[in-house]
Amino acid sequence: MLDGEPCSILDNEFVKPGKGQAFNRVRLRNLKTGRVWERTFKSGESLEGADVMDRTMEYLYTDGEFWYFMEPDTFEQHQADEAAVADAKQWLKEQDSCEVTLYNGTPLSVAPPNFVELEIVETDPGLKGDTAQGGNKPATLSTGAVVKVPLFLSQGEVVRVDTRTGEYQGRAGKS
Amino acid sequence: MPALLARAELLSTIRQFFAGHGVLEVETPLLCHAGITDPAIEPLMVERGLSLGEPRFLQTSPEYAMKRLLSAGSGPIYQIARAFRDGEAGRRHNPEFSLLEWYRPDYDERDLMREVADLVQQCLGAAPVEEISYRELFQREAGIDPFAATVEALRSRANQLTDTGGMNGDADVWLDLILTHQIEPALRKREGLVFVCDYPASQAALARITEDSQGHAIARRFELYVNGIELANGYFELTDADEQRRRFAADNARREQCGQSQRPVDERLLQALSAGMPACSGVALGVDRLLMLKLGESDIRRVLAFDWERA
Repeated sequence: MLDGEPCSILDNEFVKPGKGQAFNRVRLRNLKTGRVWERTFKSGESLEGADVMDRTMEYLYTDGEFWYFMEPDTFEQHQADEAAVADAKQWLKEQDSCEVTLYNGTPLSVAPPNFVELEIVETDPGLKGDTAQGGNKPATLSTGAVVKVPLFLSQGEVVRVDTRTGEYQGRAGKS
Repeated sequence: MPALLARAELLSTIRQFFAGHGVLEVETPLLCHAGITDPAIEPLMVERGLSLGEPRFLQTSPEYAMKRLLSAGSGPIYQIARAFRDGEAGRRHNPEFSLLEWYRPDYDERDLMREVADLVQQCLGAAPVEEISYRELFQREAGIDPFAATVEALRSRANQLTDTGGMNGDADVWLDLILTHQIEPALRKREGLVFVCDYPASQAALARITEDSQGHAIARRFELYVNGIELANGYFELTDADEQRRRFAADNARREQCGQSQRPVDERLLQALSAGMPACSGVALGVDRLLMLKLGESDIRRVLAFDWERA
């Protein structure tokens, strides 16, 4: 906890002049806002731990205002607001497993699976015989995300996407 | 394995150097009755054992014991010793490390700086040697005069370099922050040996204090940086027992202010100083860091057989 905000430590460097005050240069991420910055502390200072934990949960549904997740072992449900799901919401597919960070028991942030398989709901018609040429076109997926896909793909096909980069990875087998 | 070989070779070079210069190798106890009073250095303690009447301190440097030898008439001496400092771990720090410390009766800090430069060049090869005062260094690299600037000006300069939260500090805390955050990184871009000397009197530690040509109280203390790595710290040593006692008391007062525990004062050192320690200069040099420089390593763990976590 720093200035009342939960933060995670990304990097912590100990520096000390030959004689004199030692410092820790700490790179922090504010878990609420995502801001990353460096703060310097005198070495040996302690900070209050934040009641933060990561849980793997199943995404259930959204009612437009909240996104609902369930802990698979206890069936306990949590509602995450838009600030918590943030960019993750464009990758959320029902029944997928997500990493939900809880702060004081409330979802603070949501990380989607690294790879998701989603159906193309809208794209320009596929061009027959154009499988080798490369080139791509935008496609809207069932969750609303827009990714670039090869020209030969058409509506109704399921594609695999890397959620960290938003890049098309390949065609997925229809299930 | 290359680091082990290089370490053995380095130790042999150091011993040959001192044998050739008529400096005697000595060993002194690692576990001592009294620890250091310096508020910025925390010792580790050994608390249990049949031989222990009370807990003892693992030495943070062999300085006090070596000064007792000097007072007893040892003449020039050196020691390669393990030293321990609690809480110091990072890319250039391991809580247990090797120190080379030596003392030269009749040398002032300038004479000793020349000998340090000789030894370091013997270990690392010829390199340019530069000498700069603490004041000039701050003016050149940070655009600030450490003797003239107000605490507020130093604090505001430090806050341009990093977010300090609500950190409290006197002038020395902000000077140390500017040094670690701005000046040391700038020194990393300079080739060769840089001796920084004429420290503010408030950072004298165990060095004598004098006045510079502008009337600033300065410590006769130097630090050696090689490629931006702080390698050695030396003094034209304080030999006045009364002044030493005042500095111990001042350290303890400062410790109290910062909520740190009081340290017992080393009465045996004070006795030795009263009996008469010869005018001398002394320096402590980090052997592990010298090895890092020799091998071009940026992390101390890569030059240790087993670092703190794996010890």
